Amino acid sequence: MKHPAEPSGRAMLELRQLERSFGPNRVLKGVDLGVRAGEVVVLMGANGAGKSTLVKIIAGVHRPGGGTLTLAGVPYRPERPIDAVHAGLSVVHQSINDAVAPDLTVAQNLLLDRLCSGRAGALFTRRNARRQAREIQAILGLDLPLDRPVRDIPLADRQLVAICRALAEDPKVLVLDEPTSSLSQREAERLFGIVETLRRRGVAILYISHRMSDIRRLADRIVTLRDGRITGTFSPPLDYEGAVVAMLGEAVQPAGTAGGVQGPVVMSVEDCRLKPWSRPFSFALHAGEVTALTGLVGTGKSELAEILFGVRRPVAGRLGLRGETYRPQSSADAIRAGVFMAAKDRATNSLIPAFDIARNLSLPFLDRRSRAGFVDFAEERRRARQTIAGLGIVCRGETDQMPMLSGGNQQKVVVGRWLSEPCAVLVLDEPFQGVDIRARTDIGRRLRDTAETRATLVLATELDEALAVADRILVMSDHTIVGDHRTGPTLDMAQLLAEVAGSPSTAEALPAPSRERTA
Amino acid sequence: MPLAMRDLSIRYGFFVLLIALAIFFFVAQPAFLSLRSMIFVFQSVSITAILALGVTATLVVGGFDLSIGSVAASSMMAASYAMVIWGWGTAPTVALCIGFGLLVGLINGLIIVYGRVPDLLATLGTMFLLLGLQLVPTAGRSIAKGMLLPDGSTATGSFDKSFLALGRSHLFHILPISVIVMLALAAMIFVFLEFTRFGRVMYAIGSNEQASRLAGAPVSRYKIGAYMISGGFAAVGGILLAARVGRGDVSSGNNLLLDAVAAALIGFAVLGVAKPNAFGTLIGALFVGMLLQGLTMMNAPYYTQDAVKGAVLVLALLFTFSMTRRAGT
Repeated sequence: MKHPAEPSGRAMLELRQLERSFGPNRVLKGVDLGVRAGEVVVLMGANGAGKSTLVKIIAGVHRPGGGTLTLAGVPYRPERPIDAVHAGLSVVHQSINDAVAPDLTVAQNLLLDRLCSGRAGALFTRRNARRQAREIQAILGLDLPLDRPVRDIPLADRQLVAICRALAEDPKVLVLDEPTSSLSQREAERLFGIVETLRRRGVAILYISHRMSDIRRLADRIVTLRDGRITGTFSPPLDYEGAVVAMLGEAVQPAGTAGGVQGPVVMSVEDCRLKPWSRPFSFALHAGEVTALTGLVGTGKSELAEILFGVRRPVAGRLGLRGETYRPQSSADAIRAGVFMAAKDRATNSLIPAFDIARNLSLPFLDRRSRAGFVDFAEERRRARQTIAGLGIVCRGETDQMPMLSGGNQQKVVVGRWLSEPCAVLVLDEPFQGVDIRARTDIGRRLRDTAETRATLVLATELDEALAVADRILVMSDHTIVGDHRTGPTLDMAQLLAEVAGSPSTAEALPAPSRERTA
Repeated sequence: MPLAMRDLSIRYGFFVLLIALAIFFFVAQPAFLSLRSMIFVFQSVSITAILALGVTATLVVGGFDLSIGSVAASSMMAASYAMVIWGWGTAPTVALCIGFGLLVGLINGLIIVYGRVPDLLATLGTMFLLLGLQLVPTAGRSIAKGMLLPDGSTATGSFDKSFLALGRSHLFHILPISVIVMLALAAMIFVFLEFTRFGRVMYAIGSNEQASRLAGAPVSRYKIGAYMISGGFAAVGGILLAARVGRGDVSSGNNLLLDAVAAALIGFAVLGVAKPNAFGTLIGALFVGMLLQGLTMMNAPYYTQDAVKGAVLVLALLFTFSMTRRAGT
């Protein structure tokens, strides 16, 4: 299964100086990218780098703000997604269920684009559909149950239906957006085989992924996107660690982290398994210490945070809190025990849009802010003013509504909520997501100032965020912890990056059990 | 300051409209603003308002309860059955009806929370169920004193005087009991929603359920509780209806659902808060009542009433969802 190292195909998709802004926010700042026939180009980028905007422009969902697109040598300006399909470009989006109609059969799904465009003929008989669908899946050598409704087949098969459907239009360019994010290893293998088949057939493939195993297996070239710009293009021999650095940015050493004193163990995690196939791991969190958990997207960081906060159960393992067994059944349990979590994605998981700042801050602690069930409004507002001052939230007052605040200030409200009562363990999942540098510094300083009495765990995909705030860095890869470092002059950046990139050198040191999913 | 002007008009526009309407009716028909006429308005909307206050609780948690009309009707039939056929007294009858309303609310809540049936569909289902179920014990006939029972005998019980007083007597010979009940329940639910932590959590759930859960709120329990409030209030409405009518009339309460829902939705526009709130619901109910009373006194035909109510509802919803959102951005 070796492909030519020098893809000789002609350029199929070319982007030149592509720009796009949303309001004052410049998401793409002049992107150049080319994919040739018979080539797999992997696009890597952290959250907020502009990947999804790029995909949406290519797919015809958004219009470019500037720059040009060329498809097979012809100027390409899709107005709607169906224009992209007709021009010979198909996109398989990340969330599979958006790409299939669950109540229709597999055969009907495969022909969905023809059905919708009216090219299927007036008499769309089941037999006719099956014949056409069989032709489509023969291309990929698949044998899906054509008469089953899509809702009854496994997720991995649905993904294949989505890909087959994209191929039904015989595209010249195929864009796959994180196609393995919900697949097991064996299911991913099947997908890789299909991608390789397509490459041999001369399809130009733009493959968006974070998973190093995918990238090692498939990439002919790697292109990294960071902050709306292409920061690196890597040709064989591929420098995977260089690509990770280019994606995450120059990982600068922290400028004088005070270095908290390591106190006693507050939270212990023993032999924890996040997935049936993942390797168990153990670690402890100490009082007075800010620990960062880093690793690429989809490696299991948030799952671990959710386990600590009681909203998810580990597959196996034990948790201990201050020396006692800790087995929270709900977020309310965790809060009572003194384990707080500021979840990622504040709009979905944290903020109450109908509430003002003071009410957003007090929500988890209403029982402590009320007497005989009646909320003490004066106390609530007084506390809110303290939090506003402590974190430097820019607002007119504690009764400002959420939509009035900037993203950074909204995030300060989320962090401030969980800092407003003392706790044993504070978990912050991507607290710097979509936050400007000023707010990031304020939040980081406040976390550091208040860290003494608790253990603090900060989840951060971006290494420089982790380095800026933490005394200690844990690295997660493939749903297990693969590294534990202290920050400061002794930090071995090369080793850290190798662990983030999931290099074989670290993976082989501790052989993983069979990664087969049992379910 | 054009912005402040718009803020003011959103906040108090509804009250200006209310007062303007009152002045218009007063000029056209001076008797409109008499005490007697005003009390009549309150009395005419009391049952509707009680149901509307209950459904407000479900709206606050982001749900909806379509079964309130049929809960009220079933509660009325249950009260009549208990008194006329079983010969029960007032206290056990009232307890039976309220217990029934709470039970229906509990079932609604369980179906929605644990059965994962969408709220509109679940409560539409219980609505149909209750509309049919209330006909079963009497074989489809209305319940009245001395009625002929299916087995050929005659009913021996009758409505207790103290029970009928709930719907017919007046405090100080002027204020109807039903109006007092309405005001008391309105004050209760208003204080509960605005000032207690339970009400606060209910609003949080209605605004962002996931975030509330991650802040430690027992979301399921609160949602079920909201449907129980709604069922309980509807049952109280049914008791007052039975006491007013003095018989278990199978066709009463047909309009209750739509009127109550309209009042609660109009309430979104009061004070321009664009969210369910008890005070707005009460004002919404009174607004509709006043409008109908004024039109009646000006000899508008009764069959135009529903059209007027519908028009008011559509305008209030437009006001809520277009004006206030624009001001928010």
